[in-house]
Amino acid sequence: MRITITSVFVDDQDKALAFYTDVLGFVKKEDVPLGEAKWLTVVSPEEPDGTELLLEPDTHPAAGPFKEALVEDGIPFTSFAVDDVHAEFKRLRELGVRFTQEPADMGDVTTAVFDDTCGNLIQIAGR
Amino acid sequence: MPEDAVPRLSGSRSDRSSATAGTTPRCGLDRQVSTYVRSSVVGDVFKALADPTRRAVLDELTDRNGQTLFELCARLTTRHGVGSTRQAISQHLDLLEQAGLVTTSRDGRYKFHFIDTSPLRAVTDRWPVQD
Repeated sequence: MRITITSVFVDDQDKALAFYTDVLGFVKKEDVPLGEAKWLTVVSPEEPDGTELLLEPDTHPAAGPFKEALVEDGIPFTSFAVDDVHAEFKRLRELGVRFTQEPADMGDVTTAVFDDTCGNLIQIAGR
Repeated sequence: MPEDAVPRLSGSRSDRSSATAGTTPRCGLDRQVSTYVRSSVVGDVFKALADPTRRAVLDELTDRNGQTLFELCARLTTRHGVGSTRQAISQHLDLLEQAGLVTTSRDGRYKFHFIDTSPLRAVTDRWPVQD
């Protein structure tokens, strides 16, 4: 068994694709029409055959309250690895990304948390 | 301090400031009321400070003011070895807020926690520090 897909619930797939590619720097991998929505995934350019991130519509009625509750408490939905959290923080902030947690040393990792503009907080972590 | 992590302060914070300012009485009735307010506030402050986890919360907010619950929990776990649940930390924060030592402020969909040391003044007003 292998983990090939992970997902985030997004409020708008096109907006999400723009943010996750143009701002975060991922690249589109799959874009398959599925009725009203798409099977839409991105991957890291560093690992084009690595785990895909599915940009999944948050249309289920439970998804909205769930996401809002996480965001209110500052809880990231998922976490991505970066080599240098401070450098990535600086790069993303200059692109207008809103951080709810600036880089902080948490034991043997440094983490930061930002808003993905699609209703989620995302953590970046690095050693 | 991060400029965009410091939200505008909501009414609750200034409400609390004016309540604290009321501890300087100008007439008898004010004095009676303020003595009552002061003693209850000081009691809350002592209770709030009596717990090591709550003191650690104040340490971390001193290190960086304006934190989400998530950041506070992560700091308490990784820096202080606190194994409490998020719910338990939330209850600690409620108690600190009741004592006036922590204020919360909403900024859009986010909620941040701030330290407010002004209630500590009631302690030294009552028992002045001898230099």
